[in-house]
Amino acid sequence: MSTAERLTSLVGALRAHGVRIGTGETVDAAQAVEALGFADRELLREGLAATLLHSTAQRPVFDPVFDLYFPRGVGGPDTGPPDRDDLRERLAGALAANDESLLARLAAEAVDGFGGYGNSPSSDGWSSYQTLDRLRPQTLLARVRDDVRGRQGMSGFTDRLLEDEIRRRIEAFRALVATEARRRVAERRDRDRIARRAVAPTTDRVDFLFAGKDRLAELRRTVQPLARKLATRLAARRRRAARGSIDLRRTLRGSLSTGGVPMKPVLRRRRPARPELVLLCDVSGSVSGFSDFTMLLVQALHDQFSKVRVFAFVNRIDEVTRLLRHGAADAEGLSARIRAEATLTGWHGSSDYGVALGEFASLYGDALSPRTTVFVLGDARTNMSDPNLPAVREITERARRVYWLNPEARAQWGTGDSAAYEYAESVEMHECRNVRQLSALVGRLLPI
Amino acid sequence: MLFTSVDDVSARLAETGYLASPAVATTVFLADRLGKPLLVEGPAGVGKTELAKAVAEVADARLVRLQCYEGVDESRALYEWNHAKQLLRISAGRDETWDEARTDIFSEEFLLSRPLLTAIRGDEPKVLLIDETDKADVEVEGLLLEVLSDFQVTVPELGTITASRRPFVVLTSNASRELSEALRRRCLFLHIGFPEEELERRIVRLKVPGLDETLAKSVVRVVGALRAMDLRKVPSVAETIDWARTLLALGADHLDETVVRDSLGVLLKHQDDILKAGAKLDLDAV
Ligand SMILES: Nc1ncnc2c1ncn2[C@@H]1O[C@H](COP(=O)(O)OP(=O)(O)O)[C@@H](O)[C@H]1O
Ligand SMILES: [Mg+2]
Repeated sequence: MSTAERLTSLVGALRAHGVRIGTGETVDAAQAVEALGFADRELLREGLAATLLHSTAQRPVFDPVFDLYFPRGVGGPDTGPPDRDDLRERLAGALAANDESLLARLAAEAVDGFGGYGNSPSSDGWSSYQTLDRLRPQTLLARVRDDVRGRQGMSGFTDRLLEDEIRRRIEAFRALVATEARRRVAERRDRDRIARRAVAPTTDRVDFLFAGKDRLAELRRTVQPLARKLATRLAARRRRAARGSIDLRRTLRGSLSTGGVPMKPVLRRRRPARPELVLLCDVSGSVSGFSDFTMLLVQALHDQFSKVRVFAFVNRIDEVTRLLRHGAADAEGLSARIRAEATLTGWHGSSDYGVALGEFASLYGDALSPRTTVFVLGDARTNMSDPNLPAVREITERARRVYWLNPEARAQWGTGDSAAYEYAESVEMHECRNVRQLSALVGRLLPI
Repeated sequence: MLFTSVDDVSARLAETGYLASPAVATTVFLADRLGKPLLVEGPAGVGKTELAKAVAEVADARLVRLQCYEGVDESRALYEWNHAKQLLRISAGRDETWDEARTDIFSEEFLLSRPLLTAIRGDEPKVLLIDETDKADVEVEGLLLEVLSDFQVTVPELGTITASRRPFVVLTSNASRELSEALRRRCLFLHIGFPEEELERRIVRLKVPGLDETLAKSVVRVVGALRAMDLRKVPSVAETIDWARTLLALGADHLDETVVRDSLGVLLKHQDDILKAGAKLDLDAV
């Protein structure tokens, strides 16, 4: 592809994502390329952003598109067969040193070594999920922390910042892996199609698990309109249900006066009380975007139910119904706030579904009755600990219905530490990756 | 042409005490090359205004500043006739005809030039800083657009004044209001966010020379941690510098719970932010 073609395609892809770019800007961009040259890719990136964009909000769309059309490299890095332990070793070093350019190179190497699937050696596709699942950078936290402490000593006030800093570096590395995998895919498939498909889909198709802060804010703005739509849909279902069912016994009894011929069908009367809803939400970092959104949505729908109770957990469970009620007005980082104000963790911060579900069954059993429908929200990744299936069965026995909404793609269920299929044996589990799926499920599954 | 390369921009801005990120240096370089105004957007205290000043210093140019505020208008931004002086002139020369007097009082001598006009008149190099553009009312944007499109201003009584030498233009905005698309399209766009750790450390070291290297590093790490918290207002570079100065003045040679707790008010302006950050940083442990 020539530079001019590359630039034209880049502009085309940006336009397809709703960035308005006129010919004036395209001319400026071409001049920028000429003035900057290709020697430094990051300067080129900034130069094109400066000439083509008009607002900060457009930048998250721009960066991944730029990475596709002006890739860091072509093909895979020139390394031997992958050695997982060796790569983890070097990754730990780079995380400890916070060496950003080394991290970028390692991300490329990782995708090359572990991301390919299908026919090797020239893989059919590249998966960041698979790469990260093999490499498990998050498990390097303790090791990197100890390395850094070993070198600079653990004295001092700032030592308490270290873990979070390393977590942020690991997050950044995961993003690098995602970018690299997208680039490798683009290299083999039609770049333009990928740019449209793989970069920033419309809000209702954004994966909850991969939505960044801005995307989540965008999602939150759709809660109220979506709630109104769903309320209408629930009302319609309620009307149909009321209309549709004939009470056979009472119809026959009524027919005695007409010589046993049922002249007037008697319709079943609507259940007097509205149903009750219980939400059990995993609010740990990985899935908090999903739980935030769903909690807000249910809160917005609360007058559809006689009672809504919301429980949050990471590895301990606590009722947060009240927090949610006044949190809805100021929804940013809802689950972060819930994490701060409710007792959800012992001192380690990772999810433990087994303990949390057990605690719910024993402490909050009174929340369950034959009128309650329970929704469990989470990825069922239980960090290798016991999933506690008896607790789940107890919950299903005491409630009317139990559904599980899992924000992970079905293809990932059961991989690594996911206990999804084990839970799915006792609970109806649905894939719920984005707002589109969620609203379809909520419209269909919510009791009326 | 002010600069020969992006590196040249970085190096020369650094000489004036401004440390530019690659994004800043690249965009300043292009603004100069393409001769376009530069719109700089970003939170308060990240060095937007300072950048314009630094460019002026590097270019050995006069800095002409239009500070925007609610209600700023043409007479403040562009030009105004000096009515008092005109009246004096009229009452002084009683024996001439009205026509003679009128030609005289609507001449350059009685014109009060405001920043936009000042920036396009004369031959000396200038940097025009239109600061906090988002504070001005939307009507002013029309005016800016006119001036920034042709670099000429028409004064009905005098005719059209065209810049013989275009100024380097920097507009800043805190994005409190979205500027019009038309104005944005006239400009190169630059977002300045919070700097990377390494850059911020260099800024602190440069602005607070007495501060120990290790302490500077700790300062920047704490600020980074605060920015990752869900606060009402996170600290900006300006606050980092203030905090570093405070620590220096307090004679602190390292951070501990007491010194951080006692000086957290320099970094955070809201009481509930201070409480929240205090809890997250385990300051109540003492
Ligand atoms: N990159 C930088 N290099 C040097 N000083 C900086 C830089 N960024 C911010 N500062 C300092 O931060 C303070 C705030 O900058 P200012 O330009 O007033 O911010 P803004 O206009 O974005 O609100 C100034 O004292 C400035 O010297
Ligand atoms: Mg300013």
